[in-house]
Amino acid sequence: MSEAVIQVKELSKHFGSKTAVNKVSLTVNQGDIFGFLGPNGSGKTTTIRLLCGLLTPDHGEGHCLGYDIRTQATQIKREVGYMTQRFSFYEDLTIRENLEFVARIYAMRRLKTAVTKAIENLGLTHRQHQLAGALSGGWKQRLALAACMLHRPRLLLLDEPTAGVDPQARRDFWDEIHALASSGVTVLVSTHYMDEAERCNRLAYISHGDLMAAGTPQELIDISGLVTWTLEGPNIHELARELRQSPAAQQVVPFGNSLHVSGTDSVALARVLDPFRHNPDYRFQEAKPSLEDVFIDLTSRSVDTR
Amino acid sequence: MRRDRLTFAMMIGIPIIQLTLFGFAINSDPKHLPLAVRAAENSVFSRSVTQALINSDYFELVEVTESEAQAEELLTRGDVQFVLDIPPGFSRELMRGENPELLLEVDASDPAATSNALAAIQNLLSDPLPHDLKGPLAALRPTRPPFQIVFHRRYNPEGITQYNIVPGLMGVILTMTMIMMTALAVTRENERGTMENLLAMPVRPLEVMLGKIVPFILIGYIQVAVILLAARWVFEVPMLGSLWLLLLCVFVFIVANLTMGITFSSVARNQTQAMQMSFFVFLPSILLSGFMFPFRGMPGWAQVLGELLPLTHFLRLVRGILLKGHNLTQVWGNLWPLLVFTFLILLIGLMRYRRTLD
Ligand SMILES: Nc1ncnc2c1ncn2[C@@H]1O[C@H](COP(=O)(O)OP(=O)(O)OP(=O)(O)O)[C@@H](O)[C@H]1O
Ligand SMILES: [Mg+2]
Repeated sequence: MSEAVIQVKELSKHFGSKTAVNKVSLTVNQGDIFGFLGPNGSGKTTTIRLLCGLLTPDHGEGHCLGYDIRTQATQIKREVGYMTQRFSFYEDLTIRENLEFVARIYAMRRLKTAVTKAIENLGLTHRQHQLAGALSGGWKQRLALAACMLHRPRLLLLDEPTAGVDPQARRDFWDEIHALASSGVTVLVSTHYMDEAERCNRLAYISHGDLMAAGTPQELIDISGLVTWTLEGPNIHELARELRQSPAAQQVVPFGNSLHVSGTDSVALARVLDPFRHNPDYRFQEAKPSLEDVFIDLTSRSVDTR
Repeated sequence: MRRDRLTFAMMIGIPIIQLTLFGFAINSDPKHLPLAVRAAENSVFSRSVTQALINSDYFELVEVTESEAQAEELLTRGDVQFVLDIPPGFSRELMRGENPELLLEVDASDPAATSNALAAIQNLLSDPLPHDLKGPLAALRPTRPPFQIVFHRRYNPEGITQYNIVPGLMGVILTMTMIMMTALAVTRENERGTMENLLAMPVRPLEVMLGKIVPFILIGYIQVAVILLAARWVFEVPMLGSLWLLLLCVFVFIVANLTMGITFSSVARNQTQAMQMSFFVFLPSILLSGFMFPFRGMPGWAQVLGELLPLTHFLRLVRGILLKGHNLTQVWGNLWPLLVFTFLILLIGLMRYRRTLD
């Protein structure tokens, strides 16, 4: 089961003087749900485009589904379902026409039935003759997703597929992703949602074009060496301002009535928090750092090294 | 403005090109028009008549032949604009003072191209030595020319401008719409982001190109049908040649323009640029193709430029078929340049086609 579907080494891509992707090496195994995370402009979309042959890397090499990403882009395209970040179907075609167009490009057999079934799964049967441009943002995303899974690809590359999709549809979508993964399809998905990141079985985090970390969610948390404390008590906003003065408290984030304080240096952090510990107004608790804490920490680190 | 260099270049460039074209290339008084002489006799007189024509600056002798068929062919193909027919016994009749007639056959399909030359002949005949025979010698000035030149205006005897313009309009309209529509079609995909999706799917460049071209061929034919109907029933332009041959030529021309449009769109980054490129071709197409101004009136370099434009060849094709009744062998001379053009542009288009987004 652990055959590598994507294996790339030191991929780099420059746009003019800007480095969008800097020596990124990735391995994605078959059946993985691989979450691809990073702040805006970090190079996620660019990396995905490199993987499916839409962009040619300036440096580096690699394989995708056993095909060379430099020379065998055509074969890759045939077996990959790529969902673009921006809606890129024809707004002046109907939902059905769009799907049929895709099916025809992949030269699918029994095209009509496949399309009808896809529309049924989407729950759009009664709206199939509406123009795609008339769909709401979330429905457009769902249509795009259905379209890129139409030809039953072995690898799905999804670029922020659930941006703007409501919670129920997102849950359905992730259930579907898990079902696909269990049937052997590999999924690489970029997202900004932490709850989605937690549903992936492997994650990679990219920032400013550099791959900062990769592994299972738990591994990422462990590697980060982050310690998080939650503080509950009065005037947490003032407290937050005070704590932000000290470098040991790298992240001070208010969550409702509590404050999450995280830092990598646990000793220094404990020292900073010490004065409040004797204050009976505050309740302290050591918490498990969340993925979000980890990622924000990673982001700030990549800025520091620059 | 600073971002869009091409737009800027066009805004400066187009007026400059217009200036150069209008200023230097266009001449509504075409001279040195090609003339063939079909001489049934070769005498002092026949030679000096020819020489007098050449001296007028309006004619240039390109061929002397004895064969009527060859002279006819030269005229039909448009290789010459005039054929001067010197009948047998011309000099004998001239010497006897019988006032013989010479026949000048004129390709009058474009009346504007020949009218000045014909006027010059009239002057020549009415007063061959205006400067020498003055004062007391004035009496010697001929009251009547020693011979007559009869004009035979072929292909458009009444000199109706529409006969020339309406078939030409077909080419102009096709050029404009076909290039522009396809140029916009692909760049629109780029702008809307659908190109990314298309590129991510396994389609070959040629398939995309064909997919863009085929629907427009139909549109092109609808336009042609409208124009042909109007030409026939509104402007009463004659239709001497075969309709099927015309439709075949139209096909080649449409495809030539569509490939050009597609190729533009693979170079242009947005719709504005695609539009500007289309105009960049459209402008010289109108000015240099012989549509607005006689092709032969232009200086050599402008004619060379004109020969590179598909419209130039298409105008000759349509006019040839409609007005002169050209057949396949006669149109071939202007058909193959279109084919070569299409092929080369298609090649460039396929090479420039971006398989990737970078
Ligand atoms: N075609 C392009 N030309 C120039 N620069 C580009 C191009 N595409 C991307 N970039 C730059 O490369 C960097 C990475 O962009 P990319 O789209 O990969 O980010 P992303 O991680 O997908 O961001 P987001 O989360 O906002 O989607 C950005 O700084 C962007 O400005
Ligand atoms: Mg992106």
